[in-house]
Formats: sequence, C-alpha cells, structure tokens
Amino acid sequence: MAHFPKPAEGSWTEHYPELGTGPVDYEDSISPEFYELERQAIFSRTWLNVGRVEQVPRAGRYFTKELPCAGTSVVIVRDRGGDVRGFHNICRHRGNKLVWNDYPNEETNGTCRQFTCKYHGWRYDLDGSLTFVQQESEFFDLDKDAFGLVPVQTEVWEGFIFVNLDPDNATSVKEYLGGLGAGLEGYPFGEMTQVYKYRANVGSNWKLFVDAFAEFYHAPVLHAKQATDDEARKLQGYGFEALSYVIDGPHGMVSSWGGMSPPKDPSMVKPIENVLRSGLFGPWDRPGIDGLDPLPGAVNPARSPNWGVDSFVFFPNFMLLVWAPGWYLTYHYWPTSFNTHVFEGTLYFVPPKNATERLRQELAAVTFKEYALQDGNTLEATQTMIESRAVTEFPLNDQEILLRHLHRTARGYVADFAKSGAPVDAPAAS
Amino acid sequence: MTAALPPGFADLEPFADWCLPTEAERYAKRLASSMDEMQEFYDAAFPRFEQILAHLDGYALDALPDDAGRLLALSYSLINVSFPVEVWRQPRVPDSGAASMDAVVEPAV
Repeated sequence: MAHFPKPAEGSWTEHYPELGTGPVDYEDSISPEFYELERQAIFSRTWLNVGRVEQVPRAGRYFTKELPCAGTSVVIVRDRGGDVRGFHNICRHRGNKLVWNDYPNEETNGTCRQFTCKYHGWRYDLDGSLTFVQQESEFFDLDKDAFGLVPVQTEVWEGFIFVNLDPDNATSVKEYLGGLGAGLEGYPFGEMTQVYKYRANVGSNWKLFVDAFAEFYHAPVLHAKQATDDEARKLQGYGFEALSYVIDGPHGMVSSWGGMSPPKDPSMVKPIENVLRSGLFGPWDRPGIDGLDPLPGAVNPARSPNWGVDSFVFFPNFMLLVWAPGWYLTYHYWPTSFNTHVFEGTLYFVPPKNATERLRQELAAVTFKEYALQDGNTLEATQTMIESRAVTEFPLNDQEILLRHLHRTARGYVADFAKSGAPVDAPAAS
Repeated sequence: MTAALPPGFADLEPFADWCLPTEAERYAKRLASSMDEMQEFYDAAFPRFEQILAHLDGYALDALPDDAGRLLALSYSLINVSFPVEVWRQPRVPDSGAASMDAVVEPAV
C-alpha cells in the first residue's frame, strides 16, 4: 500500500537500472583483503570531510585527525592569511608525529604560533615552512626550503573542511560532491554552531553503519519502544516509505516524512517531549534565522508538506542530515579494520537564547544517543553472522536502494583501482 | 549541599546529587542507579519542569547564578533519566549490550 508516489518504472531501484534488483553479496564487508583495497582505492583518493571551519576560527587554531583508513594522521590549521591548510602530521627530520598530546594516537586541538616537534625541536610556520632547525650547522647542506611539512589537498565547502590524500587528485571537492552538494549550498550551516559530538567504537565494517542510517525500513521495528505503544503499533503497521530517493554519482540521499515535529496528537509522544516541545526530530519550533525558508533545492526534493528529514550519503563516509525544524546532524564512519570502525555523530543547532531552548536541544541530543546505541549494537550482531558466511547474499528491498548503491559504488572504486594497474601496497598495520 | 538549588525548589534538594555538569557523569549515574531511585527523582522533578523552565528563563544563559546553574544541570539529568523511566523500564538502552557512546564535545553551559 503505497502512501507516496514512486517513479514511473515502478520502483526507486529500477529508476536507476544500473543498480539491478538481485540479492547483494556482502563479501565487501567481511573480507580483510577487500578492506585493504578500499583503503587505497577509496580512503586514499576521495575527498574526506574531517571537520568544520568553526574548529579553526582564527590564525593558529588547529586540530588533528587520525586517518588509519588511509594510513596517516593530518593536522588542519588556519594560517596567517586566513586560509585553512592541511598537512601530513609528520616531522620532516626523522618522522616523529608532529602534533599530539600524551597519547600519540589520540586526536588533539589547540592554538599555536608555530608547530614545534617534541623530539628535536624543529619548528614549522603555519604555512608548513620549516623555520628552525636545532643545531642546524651539524647538518650537511640542509636546504630548509626543501623540508617543509608535506601538504595534503585541503578544501572548504560550505564550511566543511575536506582533505584528499591523493597528491594527483584533480577534482575539486565542489565538483566531487556533484548535484547533491550544489543543491545544499546556501543552507545556513554557519549559523548552527552549538555542537554536541558523540563517538563510539563499533564492531562492524564501516559500510554496515552507513547501511543502518541510509534506510528507515528498520525504524518502526528496532525503535518501536521509543514511541508510545499505540503509536508504535501504528508505525509498524504502516512500515516505512520514503518521500524520495536521489542517486547522483557515488552519492545519494533519502527524503523522509516527519510526523513528530510537532505531533498532530500530543498523546503520540512521551511526556518529556510534550513539556519541552522537542524530540528525535529536534526542537519543534524553528529558530528565527534566515536561510530556512525557502530551503536549498536539494532539500525535500518531493516538495512534500510532510517532509521531516533528508539524509545525504556523501561517499565514502560522510552523511549529512538536514531536519525540518532547522538543525543538522553529521555522521562519520572511520574504518580501523575490516570489521571495526569509529563512529562519530555530531549535532549542530543555532545557539540557544535561553535555558528552555538549551534543554530542548539537550533532549534531541540525548534522544539521538538512545537511538544510536540501539543501532550500533545491532551492527555487531550483524557483522559476526555475516562473517560466518552461512549466508552470502541478501535481498535488499526498494527502501534499501542507498545500501545497494553504496556497496556497488565501493566495489566499483576497488575494481577501477585494480584495473588501473596501480601498485597495490603491502597491507599497512592499522 | 544546603541551599544548592534556588529558593522555591527546596523539595528537589534530596536529588541534588543529580546536579552533574557533564553528560558522562549523568549517564554514568543513570547506569549506576536503580529504577526505584530514578523513578523517585523523576516523580519529584518532572511535575516541576514548567516552573523550572520559567525560573531559568529569567536569566541569560551565560550569566546563570550558581543555584540556577545547578538547577539546569539537574534538568539535564531529568532528561537523561526520562528514557529509563518513560520508555525502557531499565537503566540501559535495551539490546545495547556492551555498546557505548561517549560525548566528546558538548556545550559549556
């Protein structure tokens, strides 16, 4: 029983015939060898979102990002000219990690006038140039100009900082993000600077968690208890149908309805949601800022009055959720091995004007964590059983089109990389 | 902890140990509490929530007096225990096993 129209082909999936409709092989999520290929073919050569410009508001502000999926760590800094730059986080002298505190594998941030290596005191300016060498006269014809920090391609799109670890990459991040990215430009991301960020170590392949957040087929079942009993029964009876799906190159999006913000009937939601006027979909009342009406073209592509949230899946590991009540959420999935990854969920709100607004945002953030904990643990159960290879192919339905697309895209990148004859590096320790 | 909360909220003083400034502390206390303890806290604080909001909204968020700041922290805890009390009927998220999720960035106030 269709509640929302589908494309003329009869399904979203058949609207994109290259996806096929057959069962999907999940070997790409359980194979250590495939993961090593993904590190080279995907994470070492696509644009990766590593943060926001608000993390580097002034010259000298920096943060580090650990990228075991690409075998490196990068340091992002705003230089004196106001540009955001990225460097491999390695001292040119003898390879010490340049920026870290206490624990070399933990990310850090701060403010500095220059970077100083802990080991022998070599110093680098914010633009990466080597400015001081301890006991320089002991070296042999050392040309300091040739020993600056190794730059990483770094670009900013709508305030999101991206790096690309392929020095030969010739595609701008704007071009890479394609039509879906272009259709988000102008959204007031920069006004939403009240940040809640959660991190979890998850015992599954990174793609399984993308899968979990790229379909809502699971929502009426897995999250049934989060609604009142009557509402849960009703939701399970309806099932889930998206308003719209869009596939655009390696990226995709799902547009969903959102009956909870605010609910038509107060008895549909929990007591605390009624008192605070907030919940999973965020505070029910939109903040009074410009840029939310009209919304950019890629948002709510069906132009549905019932629209609640759009989930953009930017390949490989960056999801951006734009919610009808005027806030956004990002997901990042950072692989640490073929069957583990670090998940980050970050909520961004317009700074609250008073305690009530602050508490509404707190409820949204707490609710997010409750849901994500349910999602995360399911993944570990899935990973271990897929690894059994007792079943190797899985039927994906039309509401799981983005999963079909994600796995197909990952396999495509790996296959193209192998075909290009690029040297396959020895597996790096992660 | 005498007069930890603003005048007018003395009935919530027995629950002042829920005035915790970080999400990590609040979540840890939730997991370490019995359902009876959380139900008692919820039953005392939830009916006062609209009065709490009205009191706190009398101040600028970045200029809360100490007692109001504690009341705000208590309110964050009330939100956190609302899940065990209103939804789960147990401290942990069901089926979340050993899964954990840490708040690594949260607002200063």
